[in-house]
Amino acid sequence: MRNVVPILTVVCTLLVIWYAAAVWLNAPWAYNKAERAGIELNFADLVSDTWSQDKPKLPAPHQVGAEIWKTTGEMVLNGRGFSKRSLIYHSWVTFSATALGFLLGTGLGIALAIGIVYNRTMDMSVMPWVIASQTIPILAIAPMIIVVLNAVGISGLLPKAMISMYLSFFPVVVGMVKGLRSPAPMQLDQMRTWSATPAQTFWRLRLPSSMPYLFASLKIGMAASLVGAIVGELPTGAVAGLGARLLAGSYYGQTIQIWSALIMAATLAAILVGLIGVLQRITLKRMGMA
Amino acid sequence: MGWLVFALGVWAGGWWLNHVLAHRPKTRLTRLAVPVIFGVTILMIWEAVVHGLEISPILLPPPSQIAVTFAAKTDILWEDFVQTVIKGALTGYVIGCGAAFLIAVAIDRFPFLQRGLLPVGNFVAALPIIGMAPILVMWFGFDWQSKAAVVVVMVFFPMLVNTVQGLQDTNAMQRDLMRTYAAGYWMTLLKLRLPAAMPFIFNGLKIGSTLALIGAIVAEFFGSPIKGMGFRISTSVGQLALDLVWAEIAVAAMAGSAFYGGIALLEKAMTFWHPSQRGRT
Amino acid sequence: MTDETVISAKDLSLTFQTNDGPVHALKDVTLDVRKGDFVSFIGPSGCGKTTFLRCMADLEHPTGGTITVNGVSPEEARKSRAYGYVFQAAGLYPWRTIGGNIRMPLEIMGYAKAEQDQRVARVLELVDLAGFEKKFPWQLSGGMQQRASIARALSFDADILLMDEPFGALDEIVRDHLNEQLLSLWDRTDKTICFVTHSIPEAVYLSTKIVVMSPRPGRITDVIESPLPRERPLDIRDTPEFIEIAHRVRDGLRAGYGDAI
Repeated sequence: MRNVVPILTVVCTLLVIWYAAAVWLNAPWAYNKAERAGIELNFADLVSDTWSQDKPKLPAPHQVGAEIWKTTGEMVLNGRGFSKRSLIYHSWVTFSATALGFLLGTGLGIALAIGIVYNRTMDMSVMPWVIASQTIPILAIAPMIIVVLNAVGISGLLPKAMISMYLSFFPVVVGMVKGLRSPAPMQLDQMRTWSATPAQTFWRLRLPSSMPYLFASLKIGMAASLVGAIVGELPTGAVAGLGARLLAGSYYGQTIQIWSALIMAATLAAILVGLIGVLQRITLKRMGMA
Repeated sequence: MGWLVFALGVWAGGWWLNHVLAHRPKTRLTRLAVPVIFGVTILMIWEAVVHGLEISPILLPPPSQIAVTFAAKTDILWEDFVQTVIKGALTGYVIGCGAAFLIAVAIDRFPFLQRGLLPVGNFVAALPIIGMAPILVMWFGFDWQSKAAVVVVMVFFPMLVNTVQGLQDTNAMQRDLMRTYAAGYWMTLLKLRLPAAMPFIFNGLKIGSTLALIGAIVAEFFGSPIKGMGFRISTSVGQLALDLVWAEIAVAAMAGSAFYGGIALLEKAMTFWHPSQRGRT
Repeated sequence: MTDETVISAKDLSLTFQTNDGPVHALKDVTLDVRKGDFVSFIGPSGCGKTTFLRCMADLEHPTGGTITVNGVSPEEARKSRAYGYVFQAAGLYPWRTIGGNIRMPLEIMGYAKAEQDQRVARVLELVDLAGFEKKFPWQLSGGMQQRASIARALSFDADILLMDEPFGALDEIVRDHLNEQLLSLWDRTDKTICFVTHSIPEAVYLSTKIVVMSPRPGRITDVIESPLPRERPLDIRDTPEFIEIAHRVRDGLRAGYGDAI
């Protein structure tokens, strides 16, 4: 808790910088408008103009806040919380793809990790490729997956979830292999002295020991899933989802819309990763590891 | 039908070969051969399945066709590589990592700033920063400068957090020893804390290397001149020229591995003393 | 041996404020260490022997009383590089060779390159590590690492050597060997050595003066001037004189516990 003051200070400093940058970046357009209107701008006018432009280069935080409120809270109050113009709707679209992809990716990742730990052939054949694939910008194939799956008649949620799955899969495999191999030789020998079956060794030693590693990679996987879902929404022609909002905003120069989508995406990421953090704390506490 | 039988045969053969090799004592040769055999097997099965099931090359081109395209279009691929990797990713990577390093050293003197910035940095590192791309494209234009800017933003926080953590990674005894030598701040930084921070700094550099390529490629989806790997991928997908897309992906994979591998080699040379590096030969 | 006082503590106290209330790590400690002395500090953990050593080194700040090193404050002594300090663990930098580690304080203190080389070679010779200059710490045994860390403390020719349980983590045989080497080193160089230990035989074997301490609050309960000669073969430990001093130390330790046992 002793970090609260420093964190707040840093956050406030960032906000101040943001406001200052808004003045600086939007000033040329403000001067331009004033010149055409034949008005001299004093400093107060300049500041108030730069913080309230329609399509500013950098919208001020309160403009973004107002836009987010307008497209979330206000629409909920009007009973249109799930309309196509609401950010809640778009966040939901992105979230569902993220969550589905994350679950699939985690499941597959854990399965493959178990295979790698227990099968020497798989370990030596697959593991180098898994590690190598982490260094590859996998996201580059996102547009192709979307288009190809569309061409064979799969559209909507699934193609995006596939990209999310693909992105969350690799961190989980790497983390889980490390985790399942984390018991010390002494602990494994101990299991041998009790002549435990491989299944018992797995459930009672390897799996519990792997939990800290699993959660660390789940956090990475979740963040990657969200990025995957957002990027997966780009080539679909900007229909729905936070990625679509980003793209539409950039087409029409709606900077406030871009920033509000961005902040929503950040919030979503924070909530999802935070959720895993809570899960981690509960699990590890119950296991006596935290 | 013949192709499918061939695919099954290749699969069984490859697996058997790897099974035999993997259960012999590990040597450098088997360590290299097993994954290579696995990769080749996958490529052959891919080729066979595409022919056997008569999958349209518009959906999934066979590896042979990708290879032919790769060889035929090297000029385009090279141009895209220079635009995206050298100009966009590398420039942004150097600026971003350099700035993060300098700022980390600077804030290291102020525990208050560290305590504030570290959680914020960790938080930001988990955000979908790639979403900044459309904004930065708007600010810095369509050319590589905006891509470099995206890369700067993406690599900055992981590098910052890792460097700050690394600079704190000295124990009380090491610091006391420096004190008994009456070493000043800069001496301690130079002789103790920077060397001790190297494994962390390299971790940040490695994370950054993958992020840099992703950032540069994805930023091009939001607008670019008519070259660049991201541009080529998104337009070729539109034209259903998937062989060219796969060729670009191959280039991206090679560039990514080379980039990462280069840093890993440097790491091995500079942090040979660290327990994580010592075990390997 | 001259009578010049090197370290002088008077009514030295140090109190740590913790969540469970104040802890009196040192209380009213008075002690003089003369030049050329080999002083051992012995006592159970928590008796303040390490804290006392750290006060001499200006690594802790006493909350009461005075302490001088070479007639000046510990801080001035530290800044004039008056002492070498050896920690419980060797604490060598893994990224530097043995030679590079010993060179480290010399680099910091701004010695010329040629002088550095010459000094490194000399202290390596002194601790019997000649030929290991190019090795990395993790390629050496624990005993060799500890010898290297002693060489590092010797390299800049401080007259005082402060050693905090330097051999605590080593096995008995290596320890005997290093004790013997340390004695002969002390004999040859005429340094003043303050040595923290919790082994009675080690304290008696090495010291000209044994300071027995006890905890809660950390204080000195007995100071024993050793009648043993400067020349001490290992088998001196079987002589009646040796055993008598050891008995006195043990009694002092037991008395310090009071009714705790």
